[in-house]
Amino acid sequence: MAYRIVHYINQFFAGIGGEEKADYQPEIREAVVGPGGALKAAFGTEAEIVATVICGDSYFASNIEKAGADILEMIKKYKPDAFIAGPAFNAGRYGTACGGMCELVSKQLKIPVVSGMYPENPGVELFRKSVWVVETPDSAVGMKKAAPAMAALLLKVLKGEKLGTPAEEGYIERGIRKNKFYEQLAADRCVDMFVAKMKGAPFETEYKMPIFDRVPPQPAVKDMKNATIALVTSGGICPKGNPDHIEASSASKYGEYDITGVTDLTSGGYCTAHGGYDATYADSDADRVLPVDVLRDMEKEGVFKKLYNKFYTTVGNGTAVASAKRFGSEIADKLVADGVTAVILTST
Amino acid sequence: MRLELHRVFVKRVTFGDKTGITDGVLTVNKKELLELISEDELLGKNLDVDIALPGDSVRIIPVKDVIEPRWKIEGSGQVFPGVLSDVETVGEGKTLVLSGSAVVTAGKIVRFQEGIIDMSGPGAEFTPYSKTCNVVLLLEPARADMDKHDYEQACRMAGLKTAAYLARSCAASGAKADKVEIYNHANIKEAMWGHPGLPKVGYLYMLQTQGLLHDTYLYGVDVKKILPTVLSPLEVMDGAIVSGNCVSACDKNSTYVHQNNPVIANMLKRHGRDFNFVTCIVTNENVTLADKRRSSSYATKLAAMLGLDGVVITEEGFGNPDADLIMNCWKAERLGIKTALLTDEYAGQDGASQSLADSCVEGDACVTAGNANELIVLPPMKKVLGVPEEANVIAGGWQGSLAADGTITVELQAITGATSELGYTKLGAFTI
Repeated sequence: MAYRIVHYINQFFAGIGGEEKADYQPEIREAVVGPGGALKAAFGTEAEIVATVICGDSYFASNIEKAGADILEMIKKYKPDAFIAGPAFNAGRYGTACGGMCELVSKQLKIPVVSGMYPENPGVELFRKSVWVVETPDSAVGMKKAAPAMAALLLKVLKGEKLGTPAEEGYIERGIRKNKFYEQLAADRCVDMFVAKMKGAPFETEYKMPIFDRVPPQPAVKDMKNATIALVTSGGICPKGNPDHIEASSASKYGEYDITGVTDLTSGGYCTAHGGYDATYADSDADRVLPVDVLRDMEKEGVFKKLYNKFYTTVGNGTAVASAKRFGSEIADKLVADGVTAVILTST
Repeated sequence: MRLELHRVFVKRVTFGDKTGITDGVLTVNKKELLELISEDELLGKNLDVDIALPGDSVRIIPVKDVIEPRWKIEGSGQVFPGVLSDVETVGEGKTLVLSGSAVVTAGKIVRFQEGIIDMSGPGAEFTPYSKTCNVVLLLEPARADMDKHDYEQACRMAGLKTAAYLARSCAASGAKADKVEIYNHANIKEAMWGHPGLPKVGYLYMLQTQGLLHDTYLYGVDVKKILPTVLSPLEVMDGAIVSGNCVSACDKNSTYVHQNNPVIANMLKRHGRDFNFVTCIVTNENVTLADKRRSSSYATKLAAMLGLDGVVITEEGFGNPDADLIMNCWKAERLGIKTALLTDEYAGQDGASQSLADSCVEGDACVTAGNANELIVLPPMKKVLGVPEEANVIAGGWQGSLAADGTITVELQAITGATSELGYTKLGAFTI
């Protein structure tokens, strides 16, 4: 049986009109419309476009949430096996709508989604991590090339076939790392690459060095006497027994623990959940990683007004940057809401 | 320097009356072996030895180290110098190797920082130690409250002792090599004159040195206390480097993979053809910034003093040691020494995060042994050697990793040797 596909296009490709019709509200037709014809030809008997969603680009851009939710409801009725949007070529709002709908459908309906765009379309940067975007030329002149490529990729994903590299399959690099077994040992690949580099011959690195966010430090605290100071650590300090089961590596969560009245982290009460360092010394005295004892002394001496009554903790070991970013921004929001002046971050 | 490896191929391991090898079958006198490892007062009373063969429905958890049985039958020194044997220099003469066999230390855990070996099923594809005939030591500490550094040492020694005992027993009963490999390595004077026209290169061998279950030993010296030094690749084959390291077991170098270092093997093979392989330089990965700066400056200085044109650099571990890798890389490159890097990745379970914790533009030739965060489901095995519940706490697992039927869902990082940064597996990653 052929796969059931729902296709998304804008008002222009539906033949309704250009910019003057860009506020066209979403509708769904049980038909193949506009570029759907080229896709239909490419799918052959393997897949069938059961419905086409049409939505004005301005309407989608100004009503993202409502448009998304309404369209999702329309699509659901057709019980599709997959969703395809565009191609949007270099049309920015159209690309953003295609990407946004693909991401939403993928998340909510858990079915494969594919779009097609020119690499400089802003929709690419916004959605390439979550959506397969086939690389297309910059204008509709490239339809003949774009439609078969999108159809082929979607069929491959639908069949659960292993996808090759962006160059092999024609999609825009998503920036996601996937494992695979190579023909050669990693050691042999490395020495091969080394020899090529020594000889000045061409070689292709297996991993392009990452570019990091740089966070500029905040200005110094001017009024320490009235400051509330919080402690946050990636060193894994937690109440003994690790009650929330923070993972030893690749943490999926952080803990929030009350230290009201705690002046010293004793080995009877605290330990570390961290799997990436010699934990003996943190277990015997957790203040070494999370210096509650010293900060209590300073609080008493009046160096600052108050030690915040909770600490936040996670394990930095092998934890993905995306998880760390999420923990960091959630913790920061809580600290700001509670009027914390400054934070001491400890690692290991 | 000249070393002959006399390889005896082991196809099977079995228990029997006399430890020795006949027709590829390694027989182990279990009682004698148990007596040997029980000598250590730091180990408990309930020690056991078992066998795990390729294809068996067997899971070993938690795994500390893997060691290849070797014994020197000619030449100075003895295997694992400074740890098991005297401190004399090794790397010359003849060494008997029980190829295809390994000793695995496992059992009651030191900390939640050890690995898993499956002998069959999907997990077996990822660990090199599913292909070896394994003699598995199931260990426990003498006392539950024992100092963990002492217990780690006791486990380490038990493994080395067993490996040496097996090979020594085979040598004593006259085992004949199935294959003899001959390795030569020139001294620095000869190396400087040799192979004109070929670039002079080295191997910058990074060893993790961060404390309990993160340590490595060179001739018995704790490597966090060394300054970077030169070492012949042939010394490595005789066990000059011993592992005390198994945290996030996927990318920690077992003693086995040091003994069989595939980067060294490849560089020796290409020596005289693609380059002039002058020496290994061993360096550490300590925790403080001053140590990182000192060791990277010192190691790259040695490379420059030797007039090397390029170095292959292998990392051990991830995160904190990424900083050491990157310093070694840019410091070498800025001294005019070209580099190729061998590492692995922690890109998140979805593969969407940055893979390394540090970065430099000079690192333009980088091979990786795969994303250690990727998930794997390990179906139940008929037999489990060790403590399966540890799957819920080991690095790479979480509360709930072990299902009621014995299935384990973990990140690859829990599988011993899965993303070996000495490049002992074929795993790698690519960007989709």
